[in-house]
Amino acid sequence: MTHVTLTRREALAAAASLGLTFELLATRAVADSERALAARKLVVIICRGGLDGLSLSPPVGDPDYAGLRGPIAIGPFGGPGGALKLDDTFGLHPSLSGVHALAQNGQARIAPAIATPDRERSHFEAQDVLESGAGEVYASSSGWLNRALAAMGPAGKVKAISVGPTSPLILRGPIEAASWSPGGKSQTDHRLPAILQDLYAHDPLLGPALAEGLATETMAKTAVADAALTDPPASPAQGGMQSPLPEMSDPRTAVRQGAPLARKIGATLAGFMVQPDGVQVAAVSIDNFDTHANQGAGEGQLATRLAYVDAFLDGLRAGMGDRWRDTVVVMATEFGRTARVNGTNGTDHGTASTALVLGGALKRGGIIGDWPTLRQASLLENRDTYPTLDMRGLFKGVLRDHLGIERATLDRTVFPNSASVGAVANLV
Amino acid sequence: MSLDLQASIALTRFGLGARPGEIGRARQDPRGFLLAQITVAGAPQPEPGPPRSRERLAEFRTYQQQRKRARQDGDPKSDPVRMAAQRLRDEAEADFLARVRLAATTDAGFSERWALFWANHFTVSAVKADTAPLVGPFEQEVIRPYAFGRFEDMLVASSSHPAMLLYLDQAQSVGPTSMLAQRAARNGRAPGLNENLAREILELHTVGVDAGYSQADVTEFARAMTGWSIGRPDHPEEPQGFMFRPFAHEPGARAIMGRRYGEEGEAQARAVMADLAASPHTARHLAAKIGRHFISDDPPASLTDRLAKAYLSSGGRLDVVARTLVQSPETWAPAPTKFKTPYEFLVSSWRAADTAPDKVTPIVQVLTAMGQRPFSAPSPKGWPEEAAAWCGPDAIMKRMAWSEAFAAQTVGQRDPTVLAQNALGARLTPLAAATVARAETRPEGLSILLMSPEFQRR
Repeated sequence: MTHVTLTRREALAAAASLGLTFELLATRAVADSERALAARKLVVIICRGGLDGLSLSPPVGDPDYAGLRGPIAIGPFGGPGGALKLDDTFGLHPSLSGVHALAQNGQARIAPAIATPDRERSHFEAQDVLESGAGEVYASSSGWLNRALAAMGPAGKVKAISVGPTSPLILRGPIEAASWSPGGKSQTDHRLPAILQDLYAHDPLLGPALAEGLATETMAKTAVADAALTDPPASPAQGGMQSPLPEMSDPRTAVRQGAPLARKIGATLAGFMVQPDGVQVAAVSIDNFDTHANQGAGEGQLATRLAYVDAFLDGLRAGMGDRWRDTVVVMATEFGRTARVNGTNGTDHGTASTALVLGGALKRGGIIGDWPTLRQASLLENRDTYPTLDMRGLFKGVLRDHLGIERATLDRTVFPNSASVGAVANLV
Repeated sequence: MSLDLQASIALTRFGLGARPGEIGRARQDPRGFLLAQITVAGAPQPEPGPPRSRERLAEFRTYQQQRKRARQDGDPKSDPVRMAAQRLRDEAEADFLARVRLAATTDAGFSERWALFWANHFTVSAVKADTAPLVGPFEQEVIRPYAFGRFEDMLVASSSHPAMLLYLDQAQSVGPTSMLAQRAARNGRAPGLNENLAREILELHTVGVDAGYSQADVTEFARAMTGWSIGRPDHPEEPQGFMFRPFAHEPGARAIMGRRYGEEGEAQARAVMADLAASPHTARHLAAKIGRHFISDDPPASLTDRLAKAYLSSGGRLDVVARTLVQSPETWAPAPTKFKTPYEFLVSSWRAADTAPDKVTPIVQVLTAMGQRPFSAPSPKGWPEEAAAWCGPDAIMKRMAWSEAFAAQTVGQRDPTVLAQNALGARLTPLAAATVARAETRPEGLSILLMSPEFQRR
């Protein structure tokens, strides 16, 4: 059990100001025969805004990379601010030192040319397809992770928790998803909750939401150092996050401020997962990857966000302790960005990007899927990294081999009408 | 439908919630009560409210330069820099508080909701530091004056406002073969296109993503938009606001969605915007969005058709669309199906208790905790509209905690059953009325009212 000391203000700053929310889908009671599968943990991270795969896992060994990227190219292996080497072609962004250490132990792999079936380059359509798991936009009002949980066991046995105030599509659906975030809880154990439960008895939205909220408060006490999280609000004068105007600090300062918080959030999430009867599946959102201008290279805007990601993952890994060996983390984004730097030292909406797969349960291996190269003739519409792998295939591989969901269910229910998309093999 | 129920709907669904006595005043003529709020002068302005994005932008830039100098001097946290940052934050918070107070006290709740709808349609967000000081002025200068005018005027005002030009990176977009780009190339620099604003105008502000445009259309529109920029910080001769930069404009005619635009300079993008505003795709996109906001997450097609027709036949006049909305039978369906956003929930609570907040910090804290940080929509798409986004278990716990604290501070010697009748009128169900009446204390009664299913919805 990790003891996390996260003050309320820090937690709010991390969850709201830095744009991170995480939602958890909790365990079910399981038969002995299912115990091994039930011990498996899955974390899905959605990076919103279109994360630039060519910076996340820069193909610095691709002969066209540096020329296309100009001032925002990540430097060659070994140089100052250069890529952290994975193989002769690919490295990781220098902010991702924790992920790189995992990769060297065979516990992190990249899928460098992956995309959803959507080709419209709209954030909102692409996020919809990424989270709904459907073959086309706005085809489903529930999320694939929720339907996967429904496939894992009877409805009603799965509890749901969300840390973060809004509910993402990936978790909406037949399995009631709870949510939780630090601070602002009901102070007393008086009558109001019971009165409202009666008042909500026939309310399809409020009834289940309140019941889950009340149940979750109990669980949260075990997951985090509760006293620290329910501290009274800090003095307003201390908190930049309490202002509608974000702190306008130097990005490097933000790294220093943001990374420790991100690590604590990761460890808190681990706390929910490792406790007895703990959470089995979690979904996390990280925002603000829409780098149209001045995205930076080894340092700068995107480097700051990736340092935050690295710290979050490091906190999660450390917090999982020996349960890390049963854990898989998948990190994906709605689309990649243009292969060429644009006119404002940023990148515009593109197609394929990189997905990261991490965890102690992962099998050692090279890149996932094929690399189409960045030759001009290979680019999609002379613009974007060409997608060689359907995102659903990666998710299917993890759900089948890690959580034991049958292929037929994956093809029909979790990712409707997707029999033609094969599950990526040999991940777990 | 009874006039009592109509009056309740006018105040709670169209408006931002009923203050004591309002339902009674609207009862004589509920539709007329709403129609009277539609005025060509636009939506009400918060106090004090002269337009001031120029001053704010100048102030922000002074702060940036101070910070730069302080950093060069090795003292980035010097007192003047911190004070300047604090002043900018204070001003943005004051903008937000003024808007909250207006919402809590206005007699024209429909007009205010209509303005908030358009502010969310043309989202600019404080998540970007250089946009943050300008969100309040943007609403005052772009949204409110045009709220009942022509949509095209609001579109042009939005697309030429410094808040939008900075938020969606348009200010620095340069035509790849423009004179400015050629001159820069001789100095070893390569400024060029940024298609962010052009794409979002098409996808979010006008025709919508289903209108059949291609990547080539987006790029062509981005070329047409080049030159739409703002004055530079270190050039006092340039305006602290919109300016067209002819040397940054990509020369030549453009082809966008099957039409050719041979205009020169600034007029080119204006011509594109005029066509976009007049497009039937835009009419349907806006009509469906208005229906989703006012009526239901899944609005009836008949309403979308009627609003789109009103938009097209009036040349995109938003006052005509608003009148059509009020006169449509679908909008008066008795069941409350829209779940309030956190902002709407707080505003309606203040109105129900006949009070208005005078401190901004607690509001900022509670809205942040509920997922709706002031002026900080998560993306250019704005705040989500659907109930599923706002009705999570954590959100309900937060609403319950806030309601208890608010009720304890506010209720005083007032009778919660009277407050409930005043706030909801004929929309108050017998179950909720009985539950409020059975409360052990006045604060508990008010908490139950605020958390009742019918008060959480509209």
